[in-house]
Amino acid sequence: MARAGLLLGSLPASLLVTGCEGPQSALMPAGENAQRIATLTFWMAGTALIIWLLVMVLAVLATTNWKRSWRLPRLITGIGIAGGLLPAVLLGALLGYSLPLLRNDGPAPALRIEVTGERWWWRVRYVAPGGMPVELANEIRLPAGVTAEFLLSSPEIIHSFWIPSLAGKVDMIPGRVNRLHITPTHTGSFRGVCAEFCGSAHAQMAFAVEVMTPDAFQQWLAAQAAPVVPEGHGAGERAFAANGCGGCHAIRGSEHRGSIGPDLTHVGSRLTIAAGTRSNDVPELHRWLAATEAVKPGVRMPSYSMLPETELAVLAAWLGTLE
Amino acid sequence: MNILEGDTAQFEGLPDEFPGGDADRPQENAGHRAEQRAQLHRVWRSPSGWRALSDVQNSIVGRWYLTASLLFFLFAGVLGLLVRVQLAVPNNNFLSPAAYNEVFTMHGTVMMFLFAVPIFEAFSILLLPAFTGSRELPFPRLSAYGFWCFLIGGLFVCGSLFFDAAPNGGWFMYPPLTTAYEPGLGADIWLLGLSFIEVSSIAAAVELIVGVLKCRAPGMRINLMPLYAWYLLVVAAMILFAFPPLIAGDLLFELERALHWPFFDASRGGDPLLWQHLFWIFGHPEVYIIFLPSVALVAMIVPTFARHPIVGYSWVVLSAVGTGFLSFGLWVHHMYTTGVPNLSLAFFSAASEAVAIPTAVQIFCFIATVAAGRVVRSVPMLFVAGALAIFVLGGLTGVMVAIVPFDTQVHDSYFVVAHLHYVLIGGMLFPLVAALYYYHPLITAKRLSERLGRIAFWLMFAGFNIAFLPMHLTGLKGMPRRVQTYDTGLGFDTLNLVSTLGAFVLAAGVAVWVWDLIRPKQRQSHSARNPWNAGTLEWLSDIPGEPYGLRSIPDIGSRYPLWQQPQLMREVDEGRGYLADADEGFRETLVTSPVDAVPEQCLRVPGVSFMPMIAALFTGGLFILPVFKAYTAAGFSGLAALATILHWLWTGTAQIPKTADRDVGRGLTLPNYVSGPKAVGWWAMLITMIGDMTAFLSLIFGYFFFWTIHLPFPPVDQAGPGLLWPLLGLALLLMAWGGVRLALRFNRLDRGPAVCAMLAAACGLTVLGLAALAAGPLVYRMDPVSHAYPAIVLALLLWLAAHALVGMVMQGYCLARRLAGRITATHDADLRNVLLYWHFLAFTAVVTVATIAVFPALSR
Repeated sequence: MARAGLLLGSLPASLLVTGCEGPQSALMPAGENAQRIATLTFWMAGTALIIWLLVMVLAVLATTNWKRSWRLPRLITGIGIAGGLLPAVLLGALLGYSLPLLRNDGPAPALRIEVTGERWWWRVRYVAPGGMPVELANEIRLPAGVTAEFLLSSPEIIHSFWIPSLAGKVDMIPGRVNRLHITPTHTGSFRGVCAEFCGSAHAQMAFAVEVMTPDAFQQWLAAQAAPVVPEGHGAGERAFAANGCGGCHAIRGSEHRGSIGPDLTHVGSRLTIAAGTRSNDVPELHRWLAATEAVKPGVRMPSYSMLPETELAVLAAWLGTLE
Repeated sequence: MNILEGDTAQFEGLPDEFPGGDADRPQENAGHRAEQRAQLHRVWRSPSGWRALSDVQNSIVGRWYLTASLLFFLFAGVLGLLVRVQLAVPNNNFLSPAAYNEVFTMHGTVMMFLFAVPIFEAFSILLLPAFTGSRELPFPRLSAYGFWCFLIGGLFVCGSLFFDAAPNGGWFMYPPLTTAYEPGLGADIWLLGLSFIEVSSIAAAVELIVGVLKCRAPGMRINLMPLYAWYLLVVAAMILFAFPPLIAGDLLFELERALHWPFFDASRGGDPLLWQHLFWIFGHPEVYIIFLPSVALVAMIVPTFARHPIVGYSWVVLSAVGTGFLSFGLWVHHMYTTGVPNLSLAFFSAASEAVAIPTAVQIFCFIATVAAGRVVRSVPMLFVAGALAIFVLGGLTGVMVAIVPFDTQVHDSYFVVAHLHYVLIGGMLFPLVAALYYYHPLITAKRLSERLGRIAFWLMFAGFNIAFLPMHLTGLKGMPRRVQTYDTGLGFDTLNLVSTLGAFVLAAGVAVWVWDLIRPKQRQSHSARNPWNAGTLEWLSDIPGEPYGLRSIPDIGSRYPLWQQPQLMREVDEGRGYLADADEGFRETLVTSPVDAVPEQCLRVPGVSFMPMIAALFTGGLFILPVFKAYTAAGFSGLAALATILHWLWTGTAQIPKTADRDVGRGLTLPNYVSGPKAVGWWAMLITMIGDMTAFLSLIFGYFFFWTIHLPFPPVDQAGPGLLWPLLGLALLLMAWGGVRLALRFNRLDRGPAVCAMLAAACGLTVLGLAALAAGPLVYRMDPVSHAYPAIVLALLLWLAAHALVGMVMQGYCLARRLAGRITATHDADLRNVLLYWHFLAFTAVVTVATIAVFPALSR
């Protein structure tokens, strides 16, 4: 038992070297909700470790001669205290602390964002009061210090919306709209993922999260709201139209109004493509167009490998200009 | 505190003498004893050659069961290793996403359904008679039937992996992914294959509950039972209440997949969350169904090596019962992130925390037992100690994940993967290995190696912690579960590599253990009798054991009879207990009363038969053929199963004995035939129907679940079955029920023609009732594909109709038995059991009609 204890004791220490950081770590919170939970985590984990050690010590002592003074009635009292009373008190305290955290969120904030879990990407819609909604995909930008309300749903299968650095996850369930309030505390780049198993591309269903200063956020949102100004009717747009891309994708300000796939109005300005799985540059766009299935198994967008390389290159380059 | 003082008093005031022993009985001569032994051998001998497959005896079937579930464990373990290989490095393509999804789905499914639950049934079938001092379980053929169902279903589900047709929707099978977006057979194989296996679990639960309640050695009052029997009772009862909701869910699910009835389709009035509720009402108790039997094994092992009776017997029992109860109130903690209201979250969070208390009490009782005694070091105790270290940590992380805000972060992340493996491997696998080291001499007459056991332990213990401890951090750093791969730069790389290395060390430990199990042992001498100097009854068995178990059945007056009744072994071996002979040429065991274990009957236990295997094959056809849309063939297979089971019942159960009474020894004469609540068959019916009620009430839950999410419900544009037809159907079924009651009454008066007339009339009324029930949906043209409302109404009516059909077959069976002279005025077990079935059927009919016809009429 002592050896076991030693082993278990040394492992976490070595693991801490690996650190808690990472773009989707719940232990490096950048949101109020995640901050509260991280604090709770450290407290609970610390207490759990102490309790574990105490139980182990007790078990080891029970096998030694040291325990000779433990007579049967005292042992039974001990069972009552250690097994009944202490857990009841500790758990009561834990519940007393944690249940109030469930309190309903305050009044609906002005910033509302609808996120829909598609197969296998995220449709993101900023709903500005009065204005036209701004739609984009696989990217969420938030102003630091401002509470945003997310309206989460799914047309087909269940997904779960999780930005570990900002808040706990909430499921997206067909037929329901779940709400989540997020208040980022400081700026930075983070990553969100789908946490509910959703089939073949579950592992490739992520999104980029950018927390900006409120001013930068407003500028970005205004830019996103504007229709795109394509650079002339070049070869890129002709290829887009000729291959029927507009059947699924919309480019606001053009005749392309498909709504099955992601809105591509400002695709060139996005941080990632293919639902947070690839960086957004022309070579990656090219690879994506040529072999979607290789990036995202089971993807509904067909590969365009039958197109000549030159046409793919033109198309990729043109998409990159849609900023 | 009184109960607890009773505990020690129990130990100190031990009866030294064989309680109730009659010293007056003349010493029997050696020749007579040898003759008795030969009789017992003749009667209990196992068939050999290919006929060995017709064996039904608990020690043989138990061994098959144990072997099969261990093989499934190894299979699922290999799948787990494949998962770890795939995740060892980022962006790996060792397994394609499609293959990975099949592999992790099967890993969970096989571990849960084909290993963790069945192995406990296997252990219990194998050892329960030894624990309780009986010769056999009450329904050996039912155990055999359950085993064959398990084996056929298990091979079918596992085999699918080799045809690339395996389920790939996760072991939880959440719709609508699995109802609408996964073509292929996988989900059907999961649903039908596992429903089939659940049949065997329920069969085992019935068998084991009756075995514990009715087949104990005389004098083994309920407060003297070995703790294993208590846990078994709790767990079997939990199976009875936990598995049926899943079976009901499976039924709805398959109706949606095969016939497009939209129970879980939100666009047509269904709700995917209904499945989650039904699945977790099963799924959470399932965890305790897996965990408690292993605690039971620990409760048997610890006192032996502490050389001290368990400290706090009553506390352990109360905690086990408490855990069983609480486990049904926790299921929503698997659904914290689905958006259920905060009030429910608070309730389920508190209930989930509360379950830590009985668990802690059990653990401290074991530690106290060790403290009260003087520990003997051994491999079983080593594994128990390892289990303690692992399980306590898993339990503590369990307390953490039960806290809602924390859970919203770690739910469906690797933290939960770590938590559940700590709980299951610490709470189930380590105690199981301990128990196999402990009971190996009893099962095979040979001891396992101390040296290999220690090597296996340290490899498993170290490997396990290296594999799973880092996962807590992996999860907190944001790695979701069930992902086929992950990207670099997220901080998961090192952690995953370490986990994979640990998994292989763990696997090496398992390999050493398996080698110890299978290494040739012909040259190893037999273990001594009671090699560990244990105090519990099972160690009274000879080594190697006899097929009939104990030479004679003792009177029990203490919890640790081998410690507390020193004369016991000699008296049993000298044949001075009950049933020392098999004069009449039947396999026999004693049936005793449930609480005080007063002998009530000498039960003639059915012997070898191919019927269970044949019935299982045809039942398998009924479940498996629909996967391939072969509905006609499935129907015929079902009819063949029914015919086989009827033949089996007709020739094997409730036989009228030629001699009314049996001198069982020690001056006691018992009847060979009893009926009603004294009979094991009546109890089996009662227990089966309790499980059946649970499934039925799960469907009713489904109806009211839809009622809560729709306003108005029933929807205005949807036709219902009306009021008239369902009420008429109900009236007819209640009259049929009355017919069965009258038949029993006339039978007591021995008025044969009246009995037959009543049964025939009841059959007719049942047919009319079925027609009336069918009329409602037909007249009002209910379309179950259009909306969840008509779908759930028709599902309820189908359920009722299927039960009425079975009730009708039972009425016909009794009619035939009465005509054939197999039911008489005094031998009415069949009739009483059928009446019991009809009580439940009447309840089902009343509740169904009240729900689908009266409730909408009142609420409109």
